[in-house]
Amino acid sequence: MIETINLTKKYGSFTALNSLNLKIEKGTVFGFVGHNGAGKSTTFSILATLLAPTSGAAYVNGYDVIKEPKKVRNHIGYMPDFFGVYDQFKTIEYLDFYGASYGIPQSERQALIPQLLELVNLSHKQDDYVDLLSRGMKQRLCLARSLIHDPEVLILDEPASGLDPRARIEMREILKELKNMGKTIIISSHILPELAEMCDEIGVITNGELVASGSVASIQQQLQANKVINVKLATDIEKAILLFEDDPKVSTITKHERYENTFTFAFTGSELEQIALLKKALDQELPILSFSQEESNLEDVFLEITKGVDFS
Amino acid sequence: MKSLLINPVLNKEIKLRFRSFKSFLGVFFYLFALGGIAIGFILMNTVFSYNASAIFRPEQSRTMFMVLSFVQMALILFMTPGLTSGVISGERERQTLNILLTTPQSSTSIILSKLISSIAYLLLMMVASLPLYSIVFLFGGVSPALLGATFGLYFITMLAIGSIGILFSTLIRKTIIATIITYGITLFFTAGTAILTMIGMQFVNFQNLNQTSVMPYITSMFNPFIILLASFEEGVTNEINSMSGIEFSLITGFVLSFLLISFICLFISIKKLRPKMKAKKELPEGE
Repeated sequence: MIETINLTKKYGSFTALNSLNLKIEKGTVFGFVGHNGAGKSTTFSILATLLAPTSGAAYVNGYDVIKEPKKVRNHIGYMPDFFGVYDQFKTIEYLDFYGASYGIPQSERQALIPQLLELVNLSHKQDDYVDLLSRGMKQRLCLARSLIHDPEVLILDEPASGLDPRARIEMREILKELKNMGKTIIISSHILPELAEMCDEIGVITNGELVASGSVASIQQQLQANKVINVKLATDIEKAILLFEDDPKVSTITKHERYENTFTFAFTGSELEQIALLKKALDQELPILSFSQEESNLEDVFLEITKGVDFS
Repeated sequence: MKSLLINPVLNKEIKLRFRSFKSFLGVFFYLFALGGIAIGFILMNTVFSYNASAIFRPEQSRTMFMVLSFVQMALILFMTPGLTSGVISGERERQTLNILLTTPQSSTSIILSKLISSIAYLLLMMVASLPLYSIVFLFGGVSPALLGATFGLYFITMLAIGSIGILFSTLIRKTIIATIITYGITLFFTAGTAILTMIGMQFVNFQNLNQTSVMPYITSMFNPFIILLASFEEGVTNEINSMSGIEFSLITGFVLSFLLISFICLFISIKKLRPKMKAKKELPEGE
């Protein structure tokens, strides 16, 4: 379980994180989405006891991150967005070192490490030097490392960043397996669709503030008050535009550049009002060929949410 | 205590340090430099002296011991900052520190392991140089106790300079800056305090004989070379004691002050390794 209460982090006058309130129940996979520099890594660093917040509180499994950092460390597996490995260290030694760091006895480590390597598909690389592994392999190894003490909470900061599509899929499969194991996972990405597939809940953060959170479907609904409707006519586009312009719920009518007699408009009304609008157009005997709502994907939703945000 | 001695960071550090080819090269060049000087010294006093038939006498052997000890001290002072000033900042730069700090290992154990592994490498070099000292013993003139005392001084020097290196490595993000600062401080402890000692002595000499000044004592107390010289020649200690009017042993003063420096530096490093987790709880009524 993870909980933050009014969590704030300021660097001088710059606010990296502004009163973040999160509550993630046990066994939930929570996706944290935001553009680069939105405050994801700051939140994760605080949860991982690496950064002291300016104000507010954070709890992992009921332990206070500020007051009981040692206990928190035993309950989290943390994977930073950028990390390095030691030179001249073999895969198996790498895991053994971190296992020992968590106080796992040697006999247990010997049994545990092959299992972890199996989980992340690195069994064949156990005697290779870690600095010579590919990026995808390093990410997987780092994930295996974060699991070595069987933590209940996983804090994964962009575990799939910089991976090729195949490595991404592999990473996703491993995460699904971890989800099935009942771990509480908080995972960040700046790619929303990637998260939507494996997360139970999603939080969107921009400029240090949580702008939306909830299930994937509810976020989509919450943020799509604006429907975009495509209209295609046989002829008479000008007449149609004049008619649609009259409706108060219609805005930003745009003629399609490539297709003739086609335009889109934004509509804020309900479904009934949408039907009424179409009926009115048909009553005017406009030769409408199609009248369809544009399916917006999560990417559009993300852009919609972060629209107007100053990224500088 | 057991967990402090057998701990993962120490294990890893020693494994990685002694595995690298660089460490082998380090020992090689160290012995090469020291051995070259020892052989050169013998040659200069025998084959290349006016008296080509001269044999190497115990007094010369003693001088050679002093030369070797000074060179060894110089090498230790030269290497310790390089070995220690990157131990924390280096991990930060290669982005392995964050992961290490999220493990439940205590800051104390991390810092001490780093120090012990660096010193272990220096000790290896020192032990490897022992056969060179056997040349000295071959010709006599030096007691084993003096050798022991000299190695004791090396150890205290490594400890203090190593702790200073670790302190700056912890406080400063960039290894290069931490290294420069550590070398700067080491230079102050050698050349800086030597110059100050000379100025202090001149100052005392200019004044009338009954006057004393604590300055030469204080400055020479921090200079490993002066202390090394004082351990060979009792006259040095006596002169500084009489000039300053302080009866306390100069060598003991050095040992205590360097141990204190080590302790303070390590203490601050341990406190500063992890962020201080102290945040005010925001009151519900307002910001």
